[in-house]
Amino acid sequence: MKFAVIVFPGSNCDRDMYHAVKDGLGEEVDLVWYENANLADYDAILLPGGFSYGDYLRSGAIASVSNVLNQIKIKAEAGTPVLGVCNGFQILLETGLLPGAMLRNEKLKFMCHYETLVVERADTMFTSGYEKGQQIQIPIAHGEGNYYCDDATLDELKQNNQIVFTYKNNPNGSRDDIAGIVNKAGNVLGMMPHPERAVEDLLGSSGGLAMFQSVLQHWREMYVTTS
Amino acid sequence: MLQQAEISPEKIEQDRLYRDMGLTDEEFQSVKNILGRQPNFTETGIFSVMWSEHCSYKTSKPLLRKFPTEGPHVLQGPGEGAGIVDIGDDKAVVFKIESHNHPSAVEPYQGAATGVGGIIRDVFSMGARPIALLNSLRFGNLTTPRVKYLLEEVVHGIAGYGNCVGVPTVGGEIQFDDSYEGNPLVNAMCVGLIDQKDIQKGIAAGVGNTVIYAGAPTGRDGIHGATFASEDLSEESESKRPSVQVGDPFMEKLLIEACLEVIQHEALVGIQDMGAAGLTSSASEMASKAGMGMEMNLDLVPQREQHMTPYELMLSESQERMLLVVKKGEEQGIIEVFEKYGLQAVAVGTVTDDKQFRLLHHGEVAAEIPVDSLAEDAPVYYKESKVPDYYTEFQTIDYKPAVMNHAATLKQLLQQPTIASKEYVYDQYDSMVGASTVVAPGSDAAIVRVRGTEKAIAMTTDCNSRYIYLDPETGGKIAVAEAARNIISSGAKPLALTDGLNFGNPDKPENFWQMEKSVDGMSAACLALKTPVISGNVSLYNESNQQAIFPTPIVGMVGLVENLAHVTTSQFKQAGDAIYLLGETKAEFGGSELQNVLEGRYYGKAPAIDLDVEASNQQAVLTSIQQGLIASAHDLAEGGLAVALAESLFGSELGAKVTIDGDVTAALFSESQSRFLLTVSPENQAAFEQTVPGAKQIGLVTEETELAIEQDGKSIISETVPTLEALWKGAIPCLLKSKA
Repeated sequence: MKFAVIVFPGSNCDRDMYHAVKDGLGEEVDLVWYENANLADYDAILLPGGFSYGDYLRSGAIASVSNVLNQIKIKAEAGTPVLGVCNGFQILLETGLLPGAMLRNEKLKFMCHYETLVVERADTMFTSGYEKGQQIQIPIAHGEGNYYCDDATLDELKQNNQIVFTYKNNPNGSRDDIAGIVNKAGNVLGMMPHPERAVEDLLGSSGGLAMFQSVLQHWREMYVTTS
Repeated sequence: MLQQAEISPEKIEQDRLYRDMGLTDEEFQSVKNILGRQPNFTETGIFSVMWSEHCSYKTSKPLLRKFPTEGPHVLQGPGEGAGIVDIGDDKAVVFKIESHNHPSAVEPYQGAATGVGGIIRDVFSMGARPIALLNSLRFGNLTTPRVKYLLEEVVHGIAGYGNCVGVPTVGGEIQFDDSYEGNPLVNAMCVGLIDQKDIQKGIAAGVGNTVIYAGAPTGRDGIHGATFASEDLSEESESKRPSVQVGDPFMEKLLIEACLEVIQHEALVGIQDMGAAGLTSSASEMASKAGMGMEMNLDLVPQREQHMTPYELMLSESQERMLLVVKKGEEQGIIEVFEKYGLQAVAVGTVTDDKQFRLLHHGEVAAEIPVDSLAEDAPVYYKESKVPDYYTEFQTIDYKPAVMNHAATLKQLLQQPTIASKEYVYDQYDSMVGASTVVAPGSDAAIVRVRGTEKAIAMTTDCNSRYIYLDPETGGKIAVAEAARNIISSGAKPLALTDGLNFGNPDKPENFWQMEKSVDGMSAACLALKTPVISGNVSLYNESNQQAIFPTPIVGMVGLVENLAHVTTSQFKQAGDAIYLLGETKAEFGGSELQNVLEGRYYGKAPAIDLDVEASNQQAVLTSIQQGLIASAHDLAEGGLAVALAESLFGSELGAKVTIDGDVTAALFSESQSRFLLTVSPENQAAFEQTVPGAKQIGLVTEETELAIEQDGKSIISETVPTLEALWKGAIPCLLKSKA
């Protein structure tokens, strides 16, 4: 399986994402510069964290109108897994691939530490390696991770079962403790916590590894025929 | 406003305008002798920044020469952007600390942010990828709105820059004392990793080669920042706000990636960042180091504002700029790398062989200076030194504290901001980006692994300036020893250090004596502990209202974890583990946190230190860690044994039962040096006691979350750990919120 990590000017978790796939999962992965990118050969798209374009405008706003996002939208419509983490999630919100928006953290400060996430759905292509209700330790590192949407959108998210991860102890004021959501089709996931930082016990947690394994498992089921 | 007509050389001399730029009468005379004529306005400005303390070290040079700077593993000592140490596997660590005190006093957010940006550039300009940031901060006591504002904004600035640029802030230290109230200290350290083949130097070699300017355009910010950093802070400092630069971490991130790509390009000859004194220092130093000259056409320098004068262009300290020297004819390949990242890269000059620093502007020669004179002919001052009266008096005082309630005192100590949890601060830093942080802030030293190897880098910043104030020589030894103890406790071997020397006005003989003695003490400890000084920074004139700060020579130390299995933290690991104390406890309270709590000031003698004992205790602990005998290790520092026990329990969900003997107050709160708190699992006790015969078992880690300390069967302290932890964690947020 071949992953693409999209690198925008100002992305800074791109290499972490790269290593999570290459060393943690053991699959093929490329760092793909946003300009003149060709995503045709990739089986999954990863949008890493960081501060694309410095986030001097709304977080993710400028990256969301770059050309590469048009390709990503087409891939997403075709069912390719797209994972946006932190700034990647913010970009997905700005493009409209996922509903809602980010506000500044409730306490108005950047925060970085481990949080306990509750796996709300274990039946997505990103989370099949978890049990529903399982609690995992994943680091957060953001200043604008306070997920917000209006009542109608929240109802819709709930009705369509789009809430994938929630915080056990809401750190940032996110509505309904939301830490990660998928689109209706289930192939575009955005989350503020960093699973790519949690793929080895050496660093404190390997609770994020199952996400990458789930995506691989899904791909194998879809495309690899065992004789 | 704009200078319509440049002030004439005659007027500069006649009205002694050079004084406003920071040159003395004698220095101006030497400039005239060097040039054989009166310098013009631009030239006067160039000399004044290059001969400022910040760039020339004219006062501190005689002292800096005392530091041991060599060792078998040192690849690059002081003199380049940052020092470099071999860590095997053809890899090396690159590191340096730098101060940004004066800018942070005036504009704390940008002052701190650009301090971080500057030190990162020093590291990647050597060709290294920055892998970690640390900082060392000093503020007044958290009782005035101004001090709280300074703390909040300095932290905000460090976070704003470091988080965006994507280098994890993994460690640091903060202390509080009245002496820093008007003059906070903000020292930032950056550590980078490099393949030895990629090591770069800032040299302008090869006649005819092209000088390329890359990065952000030049504006009017930060003009005369280096001179500003070399003066006492005063009421007028507020009016120097334009001397403070503004940082753009996004630009810096692009610059990092572009420069790391460019160093792989064979056309690159030399690269250096534009730090203090901007284009002036980077260009003249690169030429001078190569034994060359340089000619630059200032019209070609990218400019952010209109009608900039040569003086402004040369002295601007706009951030995120680099200067490169590239083989003639091969500029395009280099320029394209920068263009990929949307950065400007422009040929602005040529390397010459006439050893002149020549600047052209609008078709005229705006400055022409023998380039070596800027770096090499800077004056060196041997300042007068005098033993301060307070020191003589303190040496006769044997301070003995009277403590009635040891449990209450422990609680008070845990709430002292210098001891209390700094989580409020470091939670705002992205400490994990890079996905290599093995030990995050909160333990003795931070640890970042080296991908592709079994090794890791341990790093810390340290300086107990109270001891240095009481006795600079002893305190200087302790600063180095304590940093090394932190590195050892984390399971690493100390390699080398970078020094951030922060002192008051050196023209006052008592201040200079403090500098002299603390450098002597540090040097002695560097030799004893085999940790040479490979880079550093000097910040003088740290005074406000005529009052100098405590002498604060900060030690930034780096160590090598040979194998990830050696990584050790201070937290207790398991109930049933035996608790050991290594090192002798004496009744030493001068400069202690206990003295601060009881007396509100520091006096008497600093704790004694025997460097042979220190070295042997450190070696014993490292050996037993490497043999896998130790579960946790913590050095004893502010607050003594009682505080160290409490800190080791926090976050562990365990307790401890400890028996002490001798004088209770000394056993609990003395700050005697060369001590370690170690825990050892029962099966390793026999082997451990053989390896470290000097260690004495003082208790056991327990399942019950209580800290119980007793003597002769009588309880001295019995407190639940959650109670103590809540006080320790809540202290700083509480102080920041309180209105008082």
